[in-house]
Amino acid sequence: MIKILKRLKPGWGLLPIAIFLALWEVIARVDVLPGNFLLPPFSEVVAEFYHLSASGVLGENFLSSLIRVLIGFCAGSIAGIVIGTVMGWNKVADRALNPLISLFYPIPTLGWIPLLMLWIGINEMLPITLIFICSFFPVLYNTVTGIKNVDRDYIKAARSLGASDMKVLTTVVMPLALPNIFTGLRLEAGMAWRVIIAAEMVAIPTGIGALLMRAESLIRIDIIIVCLIVLAIMCLIFERFFAYLENRITARWRQHAVHNI
Amino acid sequence: MPSITFKNVRNFACRSVDLEINDKEFLVLLGPNGSGKTTLLNAIAGHVEYQGNVLFDGISVDRTPASKRGVGYLFQNLALFPHLDVAANIAYSLKIQKWPQDKTQDRVNELLELVNIKHLASRYPAHLSGGEKQRVALARALAASPEVLLLDEPLSSLDAQTAKYLRTELKQIQRRLGITTIYVTHDLMEAVNIADRMAVILEGKIEQVDEPEKLLFFPCNERVSDFIGAPNILDCDYCKSTGQGVMEVGCGGLKLIVPHDGSVVHKIAILPRHVYVSEDKPRGPGVNSFMAKVTEIIPRNDTVRIQLEVSNNKLVAEIPYHIYEEMDLDTGKEVYIILRMRRIRVFENRDDSNNKTGIR
Repeated sequence: MIKILKRLKPGWGLLPIAIFLALWEVIARVDVLPGNFLLPPFSEVVAEFYHLSASGVLGENFLSSLIRVLIGFCAGSIAGIVIGTVMGWNKVADRALNPLISLFYPIPTLGWIPLLMLWIGINEMLPITLIFICSFFPVLYNTVTGIKNVDRDYIKAARSLGASDMKVLTTVVMPLALPNIFTGLRLEAGMAWRVIIAAEMVAIPTGIGALLMRAESLIRIDIIIVCLIVLAIMCLIFERFFAYLENRITARWRQHAVHNI
Repeated sequence: MPSITFKNVRNFACRSVDLEINDKEFLVLLGPNGSGKTTLLNAIAGHVEYQGNVLFDGISVDRTPASKRGVGYLFQNLALFPHLDVAANIAYSLKIQKWPQDKTQDRVNELLELVNIKHLASRYPAHLSGGEKQRVALARALAASPEVLLLDEPLSSLDAQTAKYLRTELKQIQRRLGITTIYVTHDLMEAVNIADRMAVILEGKIEQVDEPEKLLFFPCNERVSDFIGAPNILDCDYCKSTGQGVMEVGCGGLKLIVPHDGSVVHKIAILPRHVYVSEDKPRGPGVNSFMAKVTEIIPRNDTVRIQLEVSNNKLVAEIPYHIYEEMDLDTGKEVYIILRMRRIRVFENRDDSNNKTGIR
């Protein structure tokens, strides 16, 4: 018993959430507020969650959103890291690409939707391309910054120790830029989910976003809330995953500060 | 190990530098901040562009990239790779050269022993003290057996005690390995204690290259003399050991206690800023404390130089301007002076640069 309590201890942070859910349940059930039909109790939402899962509707839509996010996010991040590394390391590439990127970066990702609908059409590639764009720029910027911020002395030291330019990049500069790169990845992992929902709500007939829109037209508030909870959890899981990964890879040497030399 | 020659090397920080560094020599580049010392090191290492020639054993290395010059470089901030542990930092150059695993391991162990940090092998730089980092950086610089070792104020961030200890060790290691070494510092006493020869560099120009003793006693021009602080130099008439690491010496009627224990002392030197001036008689036993007559007062930027006459010896003291203002000094006035014992440098007669005692 004590063991179980001990294991639950880290779960104390869940207490405010539990209180919030209880309040929600009570308020929805006592029927004191006008328009109470717009707020189904939490228990009904849970029941709906079960129905949606059991019937496969939720799983299907969730899976199509997840696949889009994964493909778009991976492609965008890899492209961002590769091009960011080239730009951070090579002055010529930086000068050539920076103006273009500065021009495209400020365009809100969702602003691309009308153009991409015409160019790509309404198919799987549309949300994937949007996620790509949404992941690419921030990861690129963080990679460039990370690489440029590596202290020149580390580079000089590595050269003096016999490292070629390529070796300096792969053995010193890239590892030291990792914390920055991870910051970009972490932020974008959550952002990708926000973008995919918007894209699905506007243009694509499948996915969590599309399910949300259909629920809205049927005034199925319980389904809307189920979708939102799924989204919240996915954003959290993605961000936490990268935080965990970053910690695993860099915490050993970053316990004080990277720049304490 | 090569000798290093600079032929008319110049760039944004250096003006026409000609310098010859002998094989296995420990040369100290001494100069104030911004005088071009580090730039000169970078020219040897190939980290900075320059005109003119740098030669190793008479062969130009101007077109050799930094990674191929075979130079060990200890940076002022040490630049230990924070993402690698101590052993991996030391092994870095060996891995680059694709040494086999077991040989790398042996070499790393050997170096860890050389600099006495065997117990730290698996620590990361963030968890090391200043002195430990310094040792790791030295081991890393020495790992691939470079022919030239460049040290850029490696001890400047350490406390005086650790710095002193490491300096001695550094010198011993350099002797043992017989590696041509160039050591940059702005600290005169540090330079005098460690150098085979010293080169004074001011505003990007080498002003004088000499053995420490010669440089201290015979600065070649006003600028060098000004920079090193024009030490007071006194000839000694006699000396006798009193034990406990100190000696009594007589200099023109002054009886001085100096930190030395060994052979005969012929000269002593003390910088003007290490001569204290007081209007009142200092309390205590009065060791190295004398009465003196002010003969001249020379204001400088933020200090004042006071020429003194002490039983037929001439001494110069230097005090900060704000202290001078609080005192009531005038030419002809009698004052008390104290020579800070630990700051007195002693010189033995033989013309051997190793033959001196470190004092700080």
